[in-house]
Amino acid sequence: MSADTSPAIELRGASKTFRTPSGGLHTAVRELDLTIGRGEFVAVVGPTGCGKSTTLTLVSGLEEPTQGEVLVAGEPVRGVGDKVGFVFQQDATFPWRTVLSNVMAGPRFRGVPKAEAKRKAREWLARVGLAAFEDRYPHQLSGGQRKRVALAATFVNDPQILLMDEPFSALDVQTRALMSDELLELWEGTGASVVFVTHDLEESIALADKVVVMTAGPATVKHVFDIDLPRPRKVESVRLEPRFIEIYREIWESLGEEVRITRERGAAHVA
Amino acid sequence: MSPELLSTPVVDTAKTPADRAHSRARAARRRKAVVTAARVLLLVAVLGLWELLARTQTIDPFNFSMPSKIWDQIATWVTHGTALGSLGEQIWFTLYEALLGWLVGVLAGVVLGIALGRITFLADILGPYIKVLNSIPRIVLAPIFVIWFGLGPASKVASAVVLVFFPVFFNAFQGAREVDRNLVANARILGASDRRVTLQVVIPSATSWIFTSLHVSFGFALIGAIVGEYIGATKGIGLLVAQSQGTFNAAGVYAAMVILAVVALVAEGLLTFAERRIFRWKPSGSDS
Repeated sequence: MSADTSPAIELRGASKTFRTPSGGLHTAVRELDLTIGRGEFVAVVGPTGCGKSTTLTLVSGLEEPTQGEVLVAGEPVRGVGDKVGFVFQQDATFPWRTVLSNVMAGPRFRGVPKAEAKRKAREWLARVGLAAFEDRYPHQLSGGQRKRVALAATFVNDPQILLMDEPFSALDVQTRALMSDELLELWEGTGASVVFVTHDLEESIALADKVVVMTAGPATVKHVFDIDLPRPRKVESVRLEPRFIEIYREIWESLGEEVRITRERGAAHVA
Repeated sequence: MSPELLSTPVVDTAKTPADRAHSRARAARRRKAVVTAARVLLLVAVLGLWELLARTQTIDPFNFSMPSKIWDQIATWVTHGTALGSLGEQIWFTLYEALLGWLVGVLAGVVLGIALGRITFLADILGPYIKVLNSIPRIVLAPIFVIWFGLGPASKVASAVVLVFFPVFFNAFQGAREVDRNLVANARILGASDRRVTLQVVIPSATSWIFTSLHVSFGFALIGAIVGEYIGATKGIGLLVAQSQGTFNAAGVYAAMVILAVVALVAEGLLTFAERRIFRWKPSGSDS
Protein backbone atom coordinates (compact mmCIF):
# COMPACT_ATOMS: atom_id res chain seq x y z
CA MET A 1 0.00 0.00 0.00
CA SER A 2 1.29 3.40 -0.93
CA ALA A 3 0.21 4.90 2.40
CA ASP A 4 2.95 2.97 4.17
CA THR A 5 5.82 4.11 2.01
CA SER A 6 4.67 7.63 1.20
CA PRO A 7 6.21 10.50 3.14
CA ALA A 8 4.34 11.90 6.13
CA ILE A 9 3.76 15.30 4.56
CA GLU A 10 4.14 16.45 1.02
CA LEU A 11 3.48 19.92 -0.35
CA ARG A 12 3.47 20.12 -4.13
CA GLY A 13 3.49 23.59 -5.59
CA ALA A 14 1.16 24.79 -2.85
CA SER A 15 0.20 28.47 -2.89
CA LYS A 16 -2.13 30.37 -0.62
CA THR A 17 -3.62 33.73 -1.41
CA PHE A 18 -5.74 35.67 1.05
CA ARG A 19 -8.09 38.49 0.37
CA THR A 20 -7.14 41.42 2.57
CA PRO A 21 -9.84 43.49 4.31
CA SER A 22 -9.15 46.36 1.91
CA GLY A 23 -10.02 44.08 -1.02
CA GLY A 24 -6.49 43.41 -2.26
CA LEU A 25 -4.85 40.03 -2.61
CA HIS A 26 -2.06 38.89 -0.36
CA THR A 27 0.01 35.86 -1.28
CA ALA A 28 1.29 34.24 1.89
CA VAL A 29 3.04 31.24 0.34
CA ARG A 30 3.79 30.51 -3.30
CA GLU A 31 4.73 27.30 -5.06
CA LEU A 32 5.86 25.56 -1.96
CA ASP A 33 7.53 22.18 -2.46
CA LEU A 34 8.42 20.34 0.69
CA THR A 35 8.60 16.72 1.71
CA ILE A 36 8.77 15.57 5.29
CA GLY A 37 9.57 11.95 6.04
CA ARG A 38 7.97 9.78 8.72
CA GLY A 39 9.28 10.40 12.18
CA GLU A 40 11.27 13.40 11.02
CA PHE A 41 11.61 16.56 13.08
CA VAL A 42 11.68 19.50 10.70
CA ALA A 43 12.10 23.08 11.79
CA VAL A 44 10.97 25.88 9.52
CA VAL A 45 12.71 29.23 9.92
CA GLY A 46 12.16 32.44 8.04
CA PRO A 47 11.80 36.16 8.50
CA THR A 48 8.85 37.40 10.55
CA GLY A 49 5.53 37.42 8.76
CA CYS A 50 6.80 35.51 5.73
CA GLY A 51 4.07 32.88 5.75
CA LYS A 52 5.51 30.13 7.91
CA SER A 53 2.31 29.77 9.90
CA THR A 54 0.24 29.59 6.73
CA THR A 55 2.24 26.52 5.73
CA LEU A 56 1.12 24.85 8.95
CA THR A 57 -2.55 25.74 8.51
CA LEU A 58 -2.39 24.20 5.01
CA VAL A 59 -0.99 20.94 6.37
CA SER A 60 -3.50 20.91 9.23
CA GLY A 61 -6.47 21.28 6.91
CA LEU A 62 -7.70 24.44 8.65
CA GLU A 63 -7.11 26.23 5.32
CA GLU A 64 -7.06 24.93 1.76
CA PRO A 65 -4.32 25.83 -0.69
CA THR A 66 -5.35 28.19 -3.49
CA GLN A 67 -3.19 26.17 -5.84
CA GLY A 68 -1.18 22.99 -5.66
CA GLU A 69 -1.56 19.97 -3.44
CA VAL A 70 -1.02 19.06 0.18
CA LEU A 71 -0.73 15.39 1.04
CA VAL A 72 -0.61 13.79 4.44
CA ALA A 73 0.47 10.14 4.45
CA GLY A 74 -0.07 10.07 0.71
CA GLU A 75 -3.66 11.30 0.92
CA PRO A 76 -4.74 14.77 -0.16
CA VAL A 77 -5.80 16.87 2.83
CA ARG A 78 -9.55 17.54 3.01
CA GLY A 79 -10.52 19.37 6.15
CA VAL A 80 -9.07 18.69 9.55
CA GLY A 81 -7.92 15.09 9.76
CA ASP A 82 -7.51 12.92 12.82
CA LYS A 83 -3.78 12.36 12.30
CA VAL A 84 -2.78 15.91 13.08
CA GLY A 85 -1.92 17.70 16.33
CA PHE A 86 -1.35 21.43 16.49
CA VAL A 87 0.31 23.47 19.21
CA PHE A 88 -0.49 27.14 18.79
CA GLN A 89 1.61 30.18 19.47
CA GLN A 90 -1.00 31.80 21.68
CA ASP A 91 -2.71 30.13 24.56
CA ALA A 92 -5.37 27.85 23.20
CA THR A 93 -6.37 26.05 26.38
CA PHE A 94 -10.08 26.34 27.16
CA PRO A 95 -10.21 28.72 30.12
CA TRP A 96 -13.53 27.33 31.45
CA ARG A 97 -12.23 23.76 31.61
CA THR A 98 -9.97 22.40 34.31
CA VAL A 99 -6.54 21.12 33.37
CA LEU A 100 -7.75 17.52 33.32
CA SER A 101 -10.82 18.39 31.29
CA ASN A 102 -8.66 20.32 28.82
CA VAL A 103 -6.48 17.29 28.21
CA MET A 104 -9.57 15.08 27.97
CA ALA A 105 -11.11 17.35 25.33
CA GLY A 106 -9.37 15.76 22.35
CA PRO A 107 -10.29 12.14 23.08
CA ARG A 108 -13.81 13.18 24.10
CA PHE A 109 -14.29 15.11 20.84
CA ARG A 110 -13.18 11.96 19.02
CA GLY A 111 -15.68 9.80 20.80
CA VAL A 112 -13.45 8.01 23.32
CA PRO A 113 -15.49 6.90 26.37
CA LYS A 114 -15.15 9.17 29.38
CA ALA A 115 -13.35 6.75 31.69
CA GLU A 116 -10.72 5.92 29.11
CA ALA A 117 -10.27 9.56 28.12
CA LYS A 118 -9.70 10.37 31.77
CA ARG A 119 -7.16 7.59 32.17
CA LYS A 120 -5.22 8.68 29.09
CA ALA A 121 -5.37 12.34 30.11
CA ARG A 122 -4.03 11.56 33.58
CA GLU A 123 -1.21 9.55 32.02
CA TRP A 124 -0.12 12.48 29.84
CA LEU A 125 -0.53 14.99 32.64
CA ALA A 126 1.82 12.87 34.72
CA ARG A 127 4.27 12.80 31.84
CA VAL A 128 4.37 16.58 31.59
CA GLY A 129 4.62 16.86 35.38
CA LEU A 130 1.21 18.36 36.05
CA ALA A 131 -0.49 15.44 37.80
CA ALA A 132 -0.99 17.53 40.93
CA PHE A 133 -2.66 20.35 38.99
CA GLU A 134 -5.51 18.51 37.31
CA ASP A 135 -8.25 20.43 39.14
CA ARG A 136 -6.84 23.87 38.45
CA TYR A 137 -8.14 26.26 35.85
CA PRO A 138 -5.71 27.58 33.22
CA HIS A 139 -5.63 31.08 34.71
CA GLN A 140 -4.20 29.58 37.90
CA LEU A 141 -1.16 28.24 36.04
CA SER A 142 2.03 29.88 34.80
CA GLY A 143 2.67 30.36 31.09
CA GLY A 144 5.01 27.37 31.02
CA GLN A 145 2.48 25.16 32.79
CA ARG A 146 -0.24 26.19 30.35
CA LYS A 147 2.07 25.23 27.50
CA ARG A 148 2.54 21.84 29.14
CA VAL A 149 -1.22 21.43 29.27
CA ALA A 150 -1.33 22.26 25.55
CA LEU A 151 1.38 19.67 24.86
CA ALA A 152 -0.43 17.00 26.88
CA ALA A 153 -3.73 17.87 25.17
CA THR A 154 -2.04 17.45 21.80
CA PHE A 155 -0.06 14.29 22.53
CA VAL A 156 -3.03 12.53 24.13
CA ASN A 157 -4.57 12.26 20.66
CA ASP A 158 -1.56 10.27 19.43
CA PRO A 159 -0.91 12.50 16.43
CA GLN A 160 1.16 11.09 13.58
CA ILE A 161 1.88 14.62 12.57
CA LEU A 162 2.68 17.33 15.04
CA LEU A 163 2.49 20.93 13.88
CA MET A 164 3.94 23.57 16.15
CA ASP A 165 3.62 27.27 15.47
CA GLU A 166 6.26 29.10 17.50
CA PRO A 167 4.92 27.27 20.53
CA PHE A 168 7.46 28.56 23.03
CA SER A 169 7.91 32.11 21.79
CA ALA A 170 5.84 33.61 24.61
CA LEU A 171 7.93 31.93 27.32
CA ASP A 172 10.99 33.28 29.06
CA VAL A 173 14.40 31.98 27.99
CA GLN A 174 14.95 29.44 30.79
CA THR A 175 11.45 28.00 30.53
CA ARG A 176 11.81 27.81 26.78
CA ALA A 177 14.99 25.68 27.02
CA LEU A 178 13.30 23.43 29.55
CA MET A 179 10.21 23.02 27.40
CA SER A 180 12.34 22.25 24.35
CA ASP A 181 14.04 19.40 26.22
CA GLU A 182 10.69 18.12 27.38
CA LEU A 183 9.29 18.29 23.88
CA LEU A 184 12.20 16.19 22.57
CA GLU A 185 11.62 13.62 25.31
CA LEU A 186 7.89 13.41 24.65
CA TRP A 187 8.40 13.23 20.90
CA GLU A 188 11.07 10.53 20.96
CA GLY A 189 8.56 8.03 22.28
CA THR A 190 5.92 8.67 19.64
CA GLY A 191 7.54 8.42 16.21
CA ALA A 192 5.47 11.37 15.03
CA SER A 193 6.64 13.70 12.29
CA VAL A 194 7.06 17.24 13.53
CA VAL A 195 6.94 20.56 11.71
CA PHE A 196 8.16 23.21 14.10
CA VAL A 197 7.86 26.81 12.95
CA THR A 198 10.08 29.34 14.68
CA HIS A 199 12.01 32.50 14.03
CA ASP A 200 14.69 31.43 16.49
CA LEU A 201 17.50 29.78 14.54
CA GLU A 202 19.20 28.40 17.65
CA GLU A 203 16.04 26.69 18.78
CA SER A 204 15.50 25.18 15.34
CA ILE A 205 19.01 23.70 15.10
CA ALA A 206 18.90 22.34 18.64
CA LEU A 207 15.61 20.54 18.02
CA ALA A 208 15.45 19.44 14.41
CA ASP A 209 16.77 16.85 11.98
CA LYS A 210 16.30 19.27 9.13
CA VAL A 211 16.05 23.05 9.03
CA VAL A 212 14.06 24.59 6.20
CA VAL A 213 14.89 28.20 5.42
CA MET A 214 12.04 30.17 3.87
CA THR A 215 12.39 33.23 1.68
CA ALA A 216 10.99 36.62 2.55
CA GLY A 217 7.22 36.63 1.90
CA PRO A 218 5.52 35.30 -0.14
CA ALA A 219 7.29 32.32 1.33
CA THR A 220 8.80 29.49 -0.57
CA VAL A 221 11.54 27.06 0.35
CA LYS A 222 14.96 28.56 -0.08
CA HIS A 223 17.20 25.87 1.30
CA VAL A 224 17.01 22.72 3.40
CA PHE A 225 19.85 21.97 5.81
CA ASP A 226 20.47 18.60 7.41
CA ILE A 227 21.40 18.78 11.06
CA ASP A 228 23.78 15.94 11.86
CA LEU A 229 24.03 16.52 15.59
CA PRO A 230 23.60 13.23 17.50
CA ARG A 231 20.51 12.49 19.58
CA PRO A 232 19.47 12.47 22.36
CA ARG A 233 20.25 16.15 22.67
CA LYS A 234 20.09 18.59 25.53
CA VAL A 235 19.21 22.02 24.25
CA GLU A 236 21.37 23.94 26.70
CA SER A 237 24.56 21.93 26.05
CA VAL A 238 24.21 21.16 22.38
CA ARG A 239 24.43 24.77 21.40
CA LEU A 240 27.94 25.07 22.82
CA GLU A 241 29.31 22.34 20.55
CA PRO A 242 31.60 23.48 17.73
CA ARG A 243 29.54 21.62 15.13
CA PHE A 244 26.44 23.51 16.27
CA ILE A 245 28.17 26.82 15.77
CA GLU A 246 29.41 25.73 12.37
CA ILE A 247 25.88 24.81 11.28
CA TYR A 248 24.51 28.00 12.76
CA ARG A 249 26.92 30.09 10.71
CA GLU A 250 26.11 28.19 7.56
CA ILE A 251 22.34 28.57 7.91
CA TRP A 252 22.52 32.16 9.06
CA GLU A 253 24.30 33.07 5.81
CA SER A 254 21.20 31.91 3.99
CA LEU A 255 18.59 33.17 6.46
CA GLY A 256 20.29 36.50 7.18
CA GLU A 257 19.84 37.58 3.59
CA GLU A 258 16.06 37.02 3.75
CA VAL A 259 15.84 38.79 7.08
CA ARG A 260 17.65 41.76 5.54
CA ILE A 261 15.22 41.85 2.59
CA THR A 262 12.24 41.79 4.94
CA ARG A 263 13.74 44.53 7.07
CA GLU A 264 14.40 46.75 4.06
CA ARG A 265 10.83 46.27 2.89
CA GLY A 266 9.58 47.18 6.33
CA ALA A 267 11.72 50.30 6.29
CA ALA A 268 10.38 51.20 2.84
CA HIS A 269 6.82 50.84 4.18
CA VAL A 270 7.53 53.10 7.11
CA ALA A 271 9.17 55.69 4.85
CA MET B 1 -6.55 57.17 56.01
CA SER B 2 -3.49 58.62 54.29
CA PRO B 3 -2.08 60.47 57.30
CA GLU B 4 -2.11 57.23 59.30
CA LEU B 5 -0.31 55.41 56.52
CA LEU B 6 2.30 58.12 56.29
CA SER B 7 2.94 58.15 59.99
CA THR B 8 3.19 54.39 60.50
CA PRO B 9 6.74 53.86 59.20
CA VAL B 10 8.08 56.46 61.61
CA VAL B 11 6.17 55.27 64.66
CA ASP B 12 6.36 51.55 63.94
CA THR B 13 10.09 51.13 63.36
CA ALA B 14 10.38 49.10 66.55
CA LYS B 15 7.23 47.08 65.94
CA THR B 16 7.17 43.61 64.39
CA PRO B 17 5.65 43.04 60.93
CA ALA B 18 2.73 41.23 62.57
CA ASP B 19 1.91 44.37 64.53
CA ARG B 20 2.00 46.43 61.40
CA ALA B 21 -0.30 44.05 59.56
CA HIS B 22 -2.63 44.19 62.53
CA SER B 23 -2.79 47.95 62.63
CA ARG B 24 -3.29 48.06 58.88
CA ALA B 25 -6.23 45.67 59.18
CA ARG B 26 -7.67 47.83 61.94
CA ALA B 27 -7.35 50.93 59.75
CA ALA B 28 -9.15 49.13 56.92
CA ARG B 29 -11.96 48.12 59.29
CA ARG B 30 -12.27 51.64 60.59
CA ARG B 31 -12.49 53.02 57.06
CA LYS B 32 -15.27 50.59 56.24
CA ALA B 33 -17.20 51.63 59.33
CA VAL B 34 -16.82 55.30 58.41
CA VAL B 35 -18.11 54.67 54.89
CA THR B 36 -21.12 52.76 56.18
CA ALA B 37 -21.89 55.45 58.74
CA ALA B 38 -21.68 58.16 56.09
CA ARG B 39 -24.03 56.21 53.84
CA VAL B 40 -26.63 55.83 56.57
CA LEU B 41 -26.22 59.48 57.49
CA LEU B 42 -26.84 60.54 53.88
CA LEU B 43 -30.03 58.47 53.71
CA VAL B 44 -31.29 59.81 57.02
CA ALA B 45 -30.51 63.38 55.93
CA VAL B 46 -32.36 63.06 52.61
CA LEU B 47 -35.40 61.37 54.16
CA GLY B 48 -35.35 63.77 57.11
CA LEU B 49 -35.21 66.80 54.83
CA TRP B 50 -38.08 65.42 52.76
CA GLU B 51 -40.16 64.78 55.88
CA LEU B 52 -39.33 68.21 57.27
CA LEU B 53 -40.13 70.09 54.07
CA ALA B 54 -43.41 68.24 53.69
CA ARG B 55 -44.44 68.75 57.30
CA THR B 56 -43.66 72.46 57.19
CA GLN B 57 -45.72 72.68 53.96
CA THR B 58 -42.66 73.96 52.04
CA ILE B 59 -43.46 71.30 49.47
CA ASP B 60 -47.00 70.17 48.94
CA PRO B 61 -47.45 66.99 51.03
CA PHE B 62 -50.46 66.00 48.94
CA ASN B 63 -48.38 65.77 45.75
CA PHE B 64 -45.02 64.80 47.18
CA SER B 65 -46.15 62.82 50.23
CA MET B 66 -43.56 62.16 52.95
CA PRO B 67 -41.44 59.22 54.15
CA SER B 68 -43.55 58.54 57.22
CA LYS B 69 -46.75 58.31 55.16
CA ILE B 70 -45.04 56.01 52.67
CA TRP B 71 -43.92 53.82 55.53
CA ASP B 72 -47.47 53.80 56.93
CA GLN B 73 -48.79 52.85 53.52
CA ILE B 74 -46.39 49.90 53.24
CA ALA B 75 -47.27 48.84 56.78
CA THR B 76 -51.01 48.96 56.00
CA TRP B 77 -50.51 46.96 52.83
CA VAL B 78 -48.47 44.39 54.67
CA THR B 79 -50.83 44.03 57.63
CA HIS B 80 -54.28 44.66 56.10
CA GLY B 81 -53.57 43.86 52.44
CA THR B 82 -54.23 46.14 49.49
CA ALA B 83 -57.51 46.95 47.81
CA LEU B 84 -56.68 44.18 45.33
CA GLY B 85 -55.91 41.50 47.90
CA SER B 86 -52.81 40.67 49.93
CA LEU B 87 -49.55 42.46 49.11
CA GLY B 88 -47.65 39.20 48.72
CA GLU B 89 -50.06 38.14 46.02
CA GLN B 90 -49.47 41.38 44.07
CA ILE B 91 -45.70 41.04 44.34
CA TRP B 92 -45.83 37.41 43.34
CA PHE B 93 -48.05 38.21 40.35
CA THR B 94 -45.69 40.87 39.03
CA LEU B 95 -42.65 38.74 39.73
CA TYR B 96 -44.21 35.77 37.99
CA GLU B 97 -44.91 37.81 34.86
CA ALA B 98 -41.47 39.38 34.88
CA LEU B 99 -39.69 36.07 35.47
CA LEU B 100 -41.62 34.25 32.78
CA GLY B 101 -41.05 37.06 30.30
CA TRP B 102 -37.41 37.22 31.26
CA LEU B 103 -36.87 33.47 30.81
CA VAL B 104 -38.59 33.40 27.43
CA GLY B 105 -36.78 36.54 26.26
CA VAL B 106 -33.40 35.30 27.44
CA LEU B 107 -33.87 31.89 25.90
CA ALA B 108 -34.97 33.32 22.57
CA GLY B 109 -32.22 35.94 22.65
CA VAL B 110 -29.45 33.46 23.44
CA VAL B 111 -30.57 30.84 20.93
CA LEU B 112 -31.08 33.33 18.12
CA GLY B 113 -27.98 35.33 19.01
CA ILE B 114 -25.73 32.27 18.98
CA ALA B 115 -27.37 30.91 15.83
CA LEU B 116 -26.92 34.18 13.94
CA GLY B 117 -23.43 34.59 15.32
CA ARG B 118 -22.46 31.16 14.01
CA ILE B 119 -24.39 31.08 10.73
CA THR B 120 -23.39 34.06 8.63
CA PHE B 121 -26.02 33.29 5.98
CA LEU B 122 -28.80 33.62 8.56
CA ALA B 123 -27.25 36.80 9.97
CA ASP B 124 -27.11 38.35 6.50
CA ILE B 125 -30.80 37.66 5.89
CA LEU B 126 -32.23 38.61 9.29
CA GLY B 127 -29.76 41.34 10.23
CA PRO B 128 -31.63 44.35 8.78
CA TYR B 129 -35.01 43.19 10.13
CA ILE B 130 -33.65 42.83 13.62
CA LYS B 131 -32.18 46.32 13.40
CA VAL B 132 -35.56 47.73 12.34
CA LEU B 133 -37.41 45.92 15.12
CA ASN B 134 -34.86 47.10 17.63
CA SER B 135 -35.34 50.71 16.58
CA ILE B 136 -39.04 50.60 17.49
CA PRO B 137 -39.60 51.99 20.99
CA ARG B 138 -40.92 48.66 22.18
CA ILE B 139 -42.77 49.99 25.19
CA VAL B 140 -45.52 51.22 22.83
CA LEU B 141 -46.23 47.59 22.06
CA ALA B 142 -47.57 47.10 25.60
CA PRO B 143 -51.04 48.53 24.81
CA ILE B 144 -51.19 46.37 21.69
CA PHE B 145 -50.37 43.30 23.73
CA VAL B 146 -53.18 44.15 26.16
CA ILE B 147 -55.55 44.26 23.19
CA TRP B 148 -54.20 40.98 21.81
CA PHE B 149 -53.79 38.96 24.96
CA GLY B 150 -56.27 40.58 27.37
CA LEU B 151 -55.89 41.70 30.96
CA GLY B 152 -54.31 38.46 32.18
CA PRO B 153 -50.61 37.78 32.65
CA ALA B 154 -50.00 36.88 28.97
CA SER B 155 -49.93 40.50 27.79
CA LYS B 156 -47.40 41.46 30.50
CA VAL B 157 -45.22 38.48 29.73
CA ALA B 158 -45.25 39.51 26.08
CA SER B 159 -44.14 43.07 26.80
CA ALA B 160 -41.41 41.76 29.12
CA VAL B 161 -40.23 39.39 26.38
CA VAL B 162 -39.85 42.09 23.73
CA LEU B 163 -37.93 44.28 26.14
CA VAL B 164 -35.62 41.50 27.29
CA PHE B 165 -34.99 39.86 23.93
CA PHE B 166 -32.97 42.56 22.19
CA PRO B 167 -30.20 43.30 24.67
CA VAL B 168 -29.70 39.59 25.27
CA PHE B 169 -29.77 38.85 21.58
CA PHE B 170 -27.20 41.49 20.69
CA ASN B 171 -24.86 40.40 23.45
CA ALA B 172 -25.12 36.71 22.58
CA PHE B 173 -24.56 37.58 18.92
CA GLN B 174 -21.52 39.66 19.74
CA GLY B 175 -20.24 36.99 22.11
CA ALA B 176 -20.54 34.31 19.43
CA ARG B 177 -18.77 36.56 16.94
CA GLU B 178 -15.91 37.47 19.24
CA VAL B 179 -14.93 33.93 20.17
CA ASP B 180 -11.18 33.54 20.16
CA ARG B 181 -10.36 32.08 16.74
CA ASN B 182 -7.49 30.16 18.29
CA LEU B 183 -9.85 28.30 20.57
CA VAL B 184 -12.08 27.36 17.67
CA ALA B 185 -9.10 26.25 15.57
CA ASN B 186 -7.76 24.27 18.52
CA ALA B 187 -11.10 22.54 19.10
CA ARG B 188 -11.35 21.61 15.43
CA ILE B 189 -7.81 20.21 15.42
CA LEU B 190 -8.61 18.21 18.54
CA GLY B 191 -11.46 16.66 16.61
CA ALA B 192 -14.56 18.67 17.49
CA SER B 193 -17.47 18.70 15.04
CA ASP B 194 -19.24 21.98 14.20
CA ARG B 195 -21.94 21.16 16.73
CA ARG B 196 -19.37 20.50 19.44
CA VAL B 197 -17.57 23.73 18.59
CA THR B 198 -20.84 25.62 19.08
CA LEU B 199 -21.81 23.85 22.28
CA GLN B 200 -18.43 23.55 23.95
CA VAL B 201 -16.47 26.52 22.68
CA VAL B 202 -18.78 29.24 21.39
CA ILE B 203 -21.44 29.07 24.09
CA PRO B 204 -19.03 28.92 27.06
CA SER B 205 -17.02 31.85 25.76
CA ALA B 206 -20.17 33.84 25.03
CA THR B 207 -21.50 33.34 28.56
CA SER B 208 -19.66 36.32 29.99
CA TRP B 209 -21.21 38.50 27.29
CA ILE B 210 -24.63 37.00 27.93
CA PHE B 211 -24.40 37.46 31.67
CA THR B 212 -23.64 41.14 31.26
CA SER B 213 -26.95 41.50 29.48
CA LEU B 214 -28.85 39.38 32.02
CA HIS B 215 -28.30 42.00 34.72
CA VAL B 216 -29.75 44.78 32.62
CA SER B 217 -32.46 42.65 31.12
CA PHE B 218 -34.07 41.57 34.38
CA GLY B 219 -34.71 45.23 35.07
CA PHE B 220 -36.29 45.45 31.63
CA ALA B 221 -38.51 42.47 32.36
CA LEU B 222 -39.81 44.21 35.48
CA ILE B 223 -40.45 47.36 33.48
CA GLY B 224 -42.34 45.35 30.87
CA ALA B 225 -44.52 43.65 33.50
CA ILE B 226 -45.20 46.89 35.39
CA VAL B 227 -46.08 48.92 32.32
CA GLY B 228 -48.34 46.13 31.12
CA GLU B 229 -50.12 46.07 34.48
CA TYR B 230 -50.32 49.82 34.56
CA ILE B 231 -52.16 49.84 31.25
CA GLY B 232 -54.61 47.15 32.14
CA ALA B 233 -54.59 44.28 34.61
CA THR B 234 -56.47 42.53 37.36
CA LYS B 235 -53.56 42.15 39.78
CA GLY B 236 -49.98 43.27 40.33
CA ILE B 237 -47.81 46.10 41.58
CA GLY B 238 -48.30 48.06 38.37
CA LEU B 239 -52.03 48.07 38.96
CA LEU B 240 -51.39 49.16 42.53
CA VAL B 241 -49.48 52.15 41.16
CA ALA B 242 -52.26 52.92 38.70
CA GLN B 243 -54.92 52.69 41.42
CA SER B 244 -52.98 54.79 43.87
CA GLN B 245 -52.53 57.39 41.18
CA GLY B 246 -56.23 57.23 40.36
CA THR B 247 -57.14 57.93 43.97
CA PHE B 248 -54.51 60.70 44.29
CA ASN B 249 -52.62 58.60 46.80
CA ALA B 250 -49.03 59.77 46.22
CA ALA B 251 -47.78 57.70 49.18
CA GLY B 252 -49.15 54.59 47.46
CA VAL B 253 -47.18 55.28 44.27
CA TYR B 254 -43.98 55.77 46.25
CA ALA B 255 -44.64 52.72 48.40
CA ALA B 256 -45.06 50.58 45.30
CA MET B 257 -41.79 51.99 43.99
CA VAL B 258 -39.98 51.05 47.18
CA ILE B 259 -41.35 47.51 47.00
CA LEU B 260 -40.25 47.22 43.37
CA ALA B 261 -36.77 48.44 44.20
CA VAL B 262 -36.45 45.77 46.88
CA VAL B 263 -37.65 43.08 44.50
CA ALA B 264 -35.19 44.20 41.81
CA LEU B 265 -32.29 44.28 44.27
CA VAL B 266 -33.02 40.78 45.53
CA ALA B 267 -33.19 39.48 41.97
CA GLU B 268 -29.92 41.20 41.14
CA GLY B 269 -28.30 39.62 44.19
CA LEU B 270 -29.43 36.15 43.16
CA LEU B 271 -28.07 36.71 39.67
CA THR B 272 -24.69 37.83 40.99
CA PHE B 273 -24.58 34.74 43.18
CA ALA B 274 -25.30 32.48 40.19
CA GLU B 275 -22.68 34.31 38.15
CA ARG B 276 -20.00 33.69 40.77
CA ARG B 277 -20.77 29.99 40.73
CA ILE B 278 -20.67 29.75 36.94
CA PHE B 279 -17.54 31.83 36.43
CA ARG B 280 -15.28 29.98 38.83
CA TRP B 281 -12.84 29.54 35.94
CA LYS B 282 -12.29 33.27 35.59
CA PRO B 283 -9.42 35.05 37.27
CA SER B 284 -10.90 36.80 40.27
CA GLY B 285 -9.06 40.03 39.48
CA SER B 286 -11.36 40.80 36.57
CA ASP B 287 -14.56 41.28 38.56
CA SER B 288 -13.77 44.35 40.54
